[in-house]
Amino acid sequence: MPGTRRAFRDPADRFLGGVAAGLARHLAITPLQARVGFLLLTLIGGFGAIMYAALWVLLPVGDPDHTADESAPGLAAASRRGARGRRGRRGPLGSDMGVALSLAMLGVGAIVFFQMVGAWTSPRVFWPVAVAAVGLGLLWWQSDSGVRADWLSARLGWRSWLRTLFGVALLVVALWLALFQAGVSDALDEVLGALLLAATGIGLVAGPWLLRLTRELRGERAERVRSQERADVAAHLHDSVLQTLALIQRQSGDAAAVSHLARTQERELRTWLFEPDTDDGATLRSALQQAVADVEAAHHVPVEVVVVGDFPVDDQTRALIAAAREAVVNASRHSGADRVDVYVEVAPDAVDLFVRDRGRGFVLDDVADDRLGVRRSIVDRVMRHGGSADLRSAPGDGTEVRLRMPRTSPTDDDARGESTR
Amino acid sequence: MTDPRPDRGSAGRRLRLVVVDDHAMFRTGVRSELTADFDVVEEAADVDDAVRAITTTRPDVVLLDVHLPGGGGAEVLRRTATRHPEVKFLALSVSDAAEDVIAVIRGGARGYVTKNITGSELIAAIRRVADNDAVFSPRLAGFVLDAFAGQFEIAEVDEDLDRLTEREREVMRLIARGYAYKEVAAELFISIKTVETHVSSVLRKLQLSSRHELTRWASERRLL
Repeated sequence: MPGTRRAFRDPADRFLGGVAAGLARHLAITPLQARVGFLLLTLIGGFGAIMYAALWVLLPVGDPDHTADESAPGLAAASRRGARGRRGRRGPLGSDMGVALSLAMLGVGAIVFFQMVGAWTSPRVFWPVAVAAVGLGLLWWQSDSGVRADWLSARLGWRSWLRTLFGVALLVVALWLALFQAGVSDALDEVLGALLLAATGIGLVAGPWLLRLTRELRGERAERVRSQERADVAAHLHDSVLQTLALIQRQSGDAAAVSHLARTQERELRTWLFEPDTDDGATLRSALQQAVADVEAAHHVPVEVVVVGDFPVDDQTRALIAAAREAVVNASRHSGADRVDVYVEVAPDAVDLFVRDRGRGFVLDDVADDRLGVRRSIVDRVMRHGGSADLRSAPGDGTEVRLRMPRTSPTDDDARGESTR
Repeated sequence: MTDPRPDRGSAGRRLRLVVVDDHAMFRTGVRSELTADFDVVEEAADVDDAVRAITTTRPDVVLLDVHLPGGGGAEVLRRTATRHPEVKFLALSVSDAAEDVIAVIRGGARGYVTKNITGSELIAAIRRVADNDAVFSPRLAGFVLDAFAGQFEIAEVDEDLDRLTEREREVMRLIARGYAYKEVAAELFISIKTVETHVSSVLRKLQLSSRHELTRWASERRLL
């Protein structure tokens, strides 16, 4: 899924709602910096607090681990079975206590602050506002799906109901206080005011739920589409695995054929399970892996590929991969080695590629001129595109082909996987 | 690493192993491959069993699956590694998911190999781990180079831990290219012992380096 990165709330590292942690992740700063930022902004007329609240409502709960698992079925399955560690969870009790305590401190601090400053000191304004704020806070917190899941899973359902009730009650009290203390003379104004206040109250209470409801609905629909797709692929894979197993049983006498079948099937399954988003040859990594898989299928020698960094293929990269493919073919066909290693490292200015075998090797000068394979398909091809090639071999010591291709279209950060256009 | 080294280190005593994997078939296979060279004293299929087996038998080496019911290999390490520092862990996996492999290494495993490793390579790897050396497969070396490739800007910890020296980087590159330790030594004109020292120091950096940066690397890598 290429495109814009979206900000998330990060419930795994939350202090209140995980807004700061999520934002920090998005902006590549530390959560502490984000939190301090919010606090500082709060000093400017409470702007930070308002922003925090707004982001809390608007940002979806993001568990990046979760999103990644969705795209890699093997890992998702392992997570579901609990076969992978869960990351970044705090103890449920400690964190709740901490949150409650810090909220209380904040509240007390705010009261003291307001009284010192002298704003809103009149109890007629202050108390309704304070009570309403607490009530609203409870309600919105309650409707927060990240928090709610925690509470529900801890079999504390009644507590959440209590909290909801308490929140609504506080709101009613606040509204009543506001009306009562207003003591307006004009009856019409009073009725209008009451209606307005009631409407506002209902909106405030129901708002977060409506918002979440629509969001969850949308998410559910997307999830359904995804799971259908996954079921299709799973069915396909089951077929292919079963086919392979049948073939293996029939050819159980032929060790080479069996191990080749197993290897091919393993590669297919592994790619699907653990390397999601194989973009079908659009990036260096996947293009190289495809090329190597072809060679493996044709020559039955396992090839180990290690890639560091990645970027979208261009003409030069294609030439490099074609040359690498030839080198792997040579190693598989002539060296007699039982394994070939391919290593690629993407640097900002160039790509280095190594193909190595531990086979019988050869003396370079002995290669007849009519054996043009190495020269034409590997060395010349790379040089034509501005790269360099180097061949090292000695009898009995294996062969290593080293290719280097400068990168002309450096898009600095894409080697780290930032953009996948 | 087709480098089955001659027996050494274990001073005549047969090494005792615990095999932790939730697939019985795999455990049986490993056991039959290894019984000639080692004593497989116990097997375990999940985290709780593994912790029990390790605490009661105190093996020399634990073959630890990365994905394991009950929280994964990392959880086993969390519950046993600090209490039994004499037990060495070798991680074993089919998954190749960088973040899981790194999690287990950071939990204290001294190496990582894939499950399709040959019997002789596995035996060599177990010996190496028992000798307190590190075992880096080409893939793990690739992960390391990837993780340490970016410039780490935030110096939260001792700067040393966030960077590889040029030599360590060279060693990692050669391992990623498929060189055995012996061949790395020959290529760089250093002794095997020196190669082992470099690899162990990379392992240490991997385990102790600033958590923030490595996590970020892992999450970025998953987006590829």
